[in-house]
Amino acid sequence: MTTQATEAAAAATLTSRHLLGIAGMTADEIGLVLDTAIAMKEIGGRAIKKVPTLRGRTIVNLFFEPSTRTRTSFEIAEKRLSADTLSIAAATSSVTKGESLLDTVRNIEAMSPDMIVMRHASSGAPHLLARTCRSAIVNAGDGMHEHPTQALLDAFTIREHKGRLAGLKVAIIGDLLHSRVLRSNVILLNTMGAEVWACGPSTLMPPGIGGFGVRATTSVDEAVEGADVVMMLRIQHERMHGHFIPSVREYFTLFGLTPERARRARSDVIIMHPGPMNRGVEIDSEVADGPYSVILEQVSNGVAVRMAVLYLLAGRDIDVERGEG
Amino acid sequence: MKLLLKGGRVVDPANARDGAFDVLIEDGRIARVGKDLPADGAEVFEIRPGWIVAPGLIDIHVHLREPGQEHKETVLTGTEAAVAGGFAAVACMPNTEPVNDHAGITQFILKKAAEAARARVYPIGAVSIGSKGEQLAELGEQKTAGCVAFTDDGKPVATALLMRRALEYAGMLGVPVIDHCEDPSLKGDGVAHEGYYSSYLGLRGIPGAAESIMVERDVSLAELAGAHVHIAHMSARESLRAVRAGKARGVRVTCEVAPHHFTLTDEALDGAVKYDTNLKMNPPLRSAADRDAMIEGIADGTVDAIATDHAPHHPDEKMLEFDRAPFGIVGLETAVPLVFDRLVHTGRITIGRMIELLSVNPARVINVPGGTLAEGSPADVTVLAPDREMIVSAESLKSRSRNMPFDGWRLRGGVAATIVGGRMVYKNA
Ligand SMILES: [Zn+2]
Repeated sequence: MTTQATEAAAAATLTSRHLLGIAGMTADEIGLVLDTAIAMKEIGGRAIKKVPTLRGRTIVNLFFEPSTRTRTSFEIAEKRLSADTLSIAAATSSVTKGESLLDTVRNIEAMSPDMIVMRHASSGAPHLLARTCRSAIVNAGDGMHEHPTQALLDAFTIREHKGRLAGLKVAIIGDLLHSRVLRSNVILLNTMGAEVWACGPSTLMPPGIGGFGVRATTSVDEAVEGADVVMMLRIQHERMHGHFIPSVREYFTLFGLTPERARRARSDVIIMHPGPMNRGVEIDSEVADGPYSVILEQVSNGVAVRMAVLYLLAGRDIDVERGEG
Repeated sequence: MKLLLKGGRVVDPANARDGAFDVLIEDGRIARVGKDLPADGAEVFEIRPGWIVAPGLIDIHVHLREPGQEHKETVLTGTEAAVAGGFAAVACMPNTEPVNDHAGITQFILKKAAEAARARVYPIGAVSIGSKGEQLAELGEQKTAGCVAFTDDGKPVATALLMRRALEYAGMLGVPVIDHCEDPSLKGDGVAHEGYYSSYLGLRGIPGAAESIMVERDVSLAELAGAHVHIAHMSARESLRAVRAGKARGVRVTCEVAPHHFTLTDEALDGAVKYDTNLKMNPPLRSAADRDAMIEGIADGTVDAIATDHAPHHPDEKMLEFDRAPFGIVGLETAVPLVFDRLVHTGRITIGRMIELLSVNPARVINVPGGTLAEGSPADVTVLAPDREMIVSAESLKSRSRNMPFDGWRLRGGVAATIVGGRMVYKNA
């Protein structure tokens, strides 16, 4: 076997049987997911949007935080791959009182699912499951830590428009401190060779951000200047309570993406937002609905990218004996 | 009943003694320390070459969990762990259920300790009723019942006014106030040291200043009250600076550091086992600069004592999401190996300084007998085996709980025997 063939074989699967985060993924693995998503997107364009790939597989969507968008996206991805799916919306408050996370999941595992897609308010919750459970774990967002499928769909969307990730200037603006979207995107974009700028108020700047490998600034103008991609992060109204910002009004004045600010970017800039959007808080409607906005494309690409992730993780299971990795 | 510790090196800093001596114990007291003492009917314990005969070690920060949380630890299992770790005495924190804020609970703990007959137990009472920070507990009654210090540990003494009065009142009684220093608003719902690793892992941060602000307050209040404040489990370099400044101007402030704070840093959270709740304690594992500052303070004498903050938790309580799990790790049985391995064998401190930190000074901080091998003093003795190689095993701990990050660690330095009041309560010879 030639070296080339060996490499091709190695890149045809993911190393881990879980998707806990972008951290730990190689550029090849990220590339594999994005390439696979191209084929998956094609399925979504057909009249009959369904393939039998995951027939007989059971996937449980376990959402401890409400998230219509991500949950729906996973559900559609699973159905298009013909998996048997079950979505459980577990209220975090009932977990506090009663069952532990592990007991909840052990109960689910007694029904032998193949995969568990989990959204949880605690950073590291999927890592706890991966250490103790049999199922493959897909992290659909854990606390302030990671949201890997979001970063992958963002990268897919950028690549569709720019043809590449390496060398692009990507500005991520907003509540950096509490954002799992930021963390996953920074790791992914750094791995793929993009130049990442992170911008937000000093109160919402993660301590030690110098270690993230980004250019950090509190100036939106500086971040947006010459950017190929501008990614806006949601600012939650609750942030006023921790003295992070005085008011959403002032936030918009200082950090909102207005048409004037957007004009500092490259003329072919794309504007992104992971949703749900707060119009008039972090982004002006004129920008959100404008010609450079790819916000709705992100949503439709989300299905394709999640199909790719599920397919690759399950495919790994088909080819490789259980329990490895 | 007589016991002769024959051979070996006696390290007794309180009496400026360091050399080859025999120690004769009679009727629970140190009868003689001298060269070539005759057995004369005494039972002989041969001290092997290289072993150290030291005054019994004292851990002034231990959570024994009884009454109320016996599924985590009891006075019996906790003091068994203590003597296995070389500690002849422990001081236990009042955050039991109910909180030890009155004499009945102190008497109950002392009764349990007498029944266990392992390590000596010195109860520490709550500063305020229920440790709620509202009303001063009956410190005088508590002292009479046997409390050696007061603290609202688990929480800081809530207000500057309460701390002032507690210091004044405890000062009148001749006992220290021990404070768990943290500013509640800065700590917020933080679970890890605030810095790169907390940010990277998405864990809410606790800055070093959350601790040092309270240390600064307490040093100022100890100065105002002319009383003794003891800073519990110090972890931040800013706190060390505050203690140093206080000591320099003559304030009666002492402090302790826990073994995990001179051993580990917050980097461990991103280690092989990510989000390991056995790395979750309060104060949190801090940065490498903080860890190094703690070692410096230990070496230069600013730090008075090493205390474990032994905090047992049941496995079910720790097998949770990182931000939901309780703070704390067990430490009684790993303190001596960690001090040897990380401080003595690395050349940061001498064995004499080690004994000061683990025996002489702890006795002085809480004003109890011990910390000395002077003739006539209670025969609390720890025999140390500095070169013993050991692999830490959570499974084989004497403590009822297993929550610690050192499982599987290979360390050099151990305990050969622990003697309390002339009785050999632990022997691994
Ligand atoms: Zn404490």
